[in-house]
Amino acid sequence: MQKQAIFQSKLLPYALVAPQLAIVLIFFYWPALQAVIQSFLLQDAFGLSTTFVWFDNYIELLKDRAYFKAIVRTFFFSFAIAVSSLSFALLLAVMADKPLRGSMLYRTLLIWPYAVAPPVVGVLWIFMLHPSLGIIARYLRAMGVDWNPLLDGDQAATLIILAAAWKQISYNFLFFLAGLQSIPRSVLEAAAIDGARPMRRFWTVTFPLLSPTIFFLLVVNIVYAFFDTFGIIDTMTRGGPGTSTVTLVYKVYSDGLLGGNLGSSAAQSVILMIMVIVLTGIQFRFVERKVTY
Amino acid sequence: MANVTLRNVRKTYPGGFEAIKGVDVDVGDGQFCVLVGPSGCGKSTLLRMVAGLETITGGEIDIGGRIVNQIEPADRDIAMVFQNYALYPHMSVFNNMAYGLRNRGMKEDEVKSRVDEAARVLELTSMLERKPRQLSGGQRQRVAMGRAIVRQPKVFLFDEPLSNLDAKLRIAMRVEIRKLQRRLNTTSIYVTHDQLEAMTLADILVVMNGGQVEQVGNPLAIYEKPATTFVASFIGAPPMNLMSTRPDEIKSQLGTSAGEAILGIRPEDFVITDQTPAGGVALPLTVEAIERVGAETFIYGSREQEEQRIAATPGELPPGEIIVRIPGTEAPAIGAKIRVAAVRAKLHLFSADGRTRIEA
Repeated sequence: MQKQAIFQSKLLPYALVAPQLAIVLIFFYWPALQAVIQSFLLQDAFGLSTTFVWFDNYIELLKDRAYFKAIVRTFFFSFAIAVSSLSFALLLAVMADKPLRGSMLYRTLLIWPYAVAPPVVGVLWIFMLHPSLGIIARYLRAMGVDWNPLLDGDQAATLIILAAAWKQISYNFLFFLAGLQSIPRSVLEAAAIDGARPMRRFWTVTFPLLSPTIFFLLVVNIVYAFFDTFGIIDTMTRGGPGTSTVTLVYKVYSDGLLGGNLGSSAAQSVILMIMVIVLTGIQFRFVERKVTY
Repeated sequence: MANVTLRNVRKTYPGGFEAIKGVDVDVGDGQFCVLVGPSGCGKSTLLRMVAGLETITGGEIDIGGRIVNQIEPADRDIAMVFQNYALYPHMSVFNNMAYGLRNRGMKEDEVKSRVDEAARVLELTSMLERKPRQLSGGQRQRVAMGRAIVRQPKVFLFDEPLSNLDAKLRIAMRVEIRKLQRRLNTTSIYVTHDQLEAMTLADILVVMNGGQVEQVGNPLAIYEKPATTFVASFIGAPPMNLMSTRPDEIKSQLGTSAGEAILGIRPEDFVITDQTPAGGVALPLTVEAIERVGAETFIYGSREQEEQRIAATPGELPPGEIIVRIPGTEAPAIGAKIRVAAVRAKLHLFSADGRTRIEA
């Protein structure tokens, strides 16, 4: 246990946490409270009158097929982003973990994408894959692929997943590399002597020993895919074509700010908030256990 | 059952550092070979080369009549016990021991009978379902041993397996390892920096220094006739007293014509006496410190002449000190002037550079 710091004055500790507390209160709790209040209100089309409607906004939402579709889509996106990003990052980490010449350079370069802001990621990928401007799109068409994410919903979704997963690879890579390096070399050597070939060694020793890292990253990636993909979606597809790339977060924005339905938008953000609380709760429970194998 | 033969084995790292500078060792079938030396002497590297965990850049390693230089660790038919045990933390004790058998496609009932037998021998039967982190250091050590013996390999390799245990357990495990090896009669190579462990375990002792073999042989033979001053000071505790023969006093007593040479005398070969044995050596000493350990007493004395003690391992002892080991607890007072002597048969002579032994 850490030794408790002793303060002479009772006010000093409060004064020290006050700036952080102020930020949390103003930028997190206050808007959250606003959202909760707003979710119980209904505004008319012109924003002139407001009525208190209890849970009507929520009930409307749950009856709405579009909302249900957005939930399914969001889960699918999250799953696809998490799995592709995690597996690719793990592959890179395993390769970078080998004693290679210039491995420091690779490692540094692999970390770069993390520093790129999500909207920039979106712009970057759209430049490469835009049906009329993108360089990769040209090759795709030359190979006979009918590539047009501006019209084809599935292709748009693929594009979002690709860009979002790409950005997250760096973060996952860092954790995987650290995880791999914390596995004692002698354990892998023992496995080699015990007759396990590299692939078997990976699946029976390395992978289980990485499982706490994998679980941690899975939760982080899902949260990322839920929320931080907003910038990518907004720059790349704006939720389109149609509603084929509208995720829960994007729907909050489009229904509220573009559609003007503030009550429903607020109710959606409250639901999202509850989801995040649950996810974080799960993560804390497991992180506290530390060893999961 | 296999011989292990090392022929002019070398290891040069890409940077040009030569870790192993040509080692020749021949371990007979069922023999227990101990590699001993100070840290950094290359003993662990050599063992890892036998295991296949380090590449061999020169020479040959032969296990059971097969050159294994290019063979994967898994196919060398060896088992290794690591210093930190290297147990699989996510597997139960049973699975730790069964892992190597299952990898080789052994049938599950055969796996079970082998693991159960090993667990019985090592008294681990009640712990088979536990995870390594639920075990004490000694128990983990036994699991590591179990993992090695279930495979029934041709050769056991031990890399300082006892150095993470406390002193008492280390002695107990040392005896256990020796008993087990005798019973299984499996060729073993054991690395340690502890000369006592080396002396008690070895059939063949290989003393290494700076990537080279200083001496190979039966431990007692090495103790009685160390080939170099390094071996003389490394094997035996407290270390052998080494001094220059330059002082005329000693030279005349020895009647040697060897010129400049190094004289070595083990602490226990001194007796406190006023007489000088014929052909032997007598030294006047001033007692500087006394260590009583119960069964015996160590006397640290300084020579009256300003003569430096030759330390084969630099910094091991302050210069000018002679250690005398006498039985019992009776000892002269500190500051007393005494005379110690050793008979001719107990003297060791080395060339001035310490690299060769001179037989008188």
